[in-house]
Amino acid sequence: MPSMERTFSLKVPSSTENLAMIRDFVNGIGTRAGMTLADVAKLELAVDEACANVIEHAYGPETTKEVSVRATLDEDKIEILVVDTGKGFDPSTISPLSLEELVGQRKSGGLGMRLMKSLMDEVHYEMIPSEKNELRMIKHLKK
Amino acid sequence: MATSFSLQRHTSGDLVILALDGFLDAHTAPDFEKAVQQELDQQNVRLLADCGKLSYISSAGLGVFMSFIEDIREAGGDLKICNLMPKVAQVFELLGFQSMFEILPTVEDGAKSFANGAQGA
Repeated sequence: MPSMERTFSLKVPSSTENLAMIRDFVNGIGTRAGMTLADVAKLELAVDEACANVIEHAYGPETTKEVSVRATLDEDKIEILVVDTGKGFDPSTISPLSLEELVGQRKSGGLGMRLMKSLMDEVHYEMIPSEKNELRMIKHLKK
Repeated sequence: MATSFSLQRHTSGDLVILALDGFLDAHTAPDFEKAVQQELDQQNVRLLADCGKLSYISSAGLGVFMSFIEDIREAGGDLKICNLMPKVAQVFELLGFQSMFEILPTVEDGAKSFANGAQGA
């Protein structure tokens, strides 16, 4: 039986102004997968968060680096792979503070990763030193 | 493409209503941050965010609410949120904002809440 897997890719310069383009790309993928509007919105937000982290933290002020988003769609799931070549991070260093504690300390960091984990079924991060960082997120499709 | 964000400011007595319109993401959140900072600089600390036309918010936008709320409350005011579209309300709820912020159904409810002297969530 032939595989139904399809892969779509988008590469954009590392500027926050391109987040809208990334959301449009993801919206198209989710719609093509037959997701509900609500689930497409969740997918868009999760990928926005991942790419905003890359642009703001991995690349910092550099706006000409490349943010790569690859979406692989099959019968059961959508897998999103966000790749950058910027500064990696150790996910275990993300603050485990509660929202109340973050507010008390006037901090707002770490919300993006919390959202990604809430919105997606799986989130995996791999840092390959001196090479690249990969964030892989999976959303299982409802039958 | 879904990129635009704008903010309109209205006042009602000492209440400042910031009407957010469009997409609040990492690209546009600095505009909102600047607007809230300007209010704080002018000692305007009774702030109501009218999100009736806000069609998208990411953590960058949520972070603006989080980073200012303590300073605003310590100054005797509050930053309340109202008129959320369901899609945006869901994002606030996912992170538990309803436990930290007063979120009201309408602008009128928000104004009444300030008039009644309720200061925090």
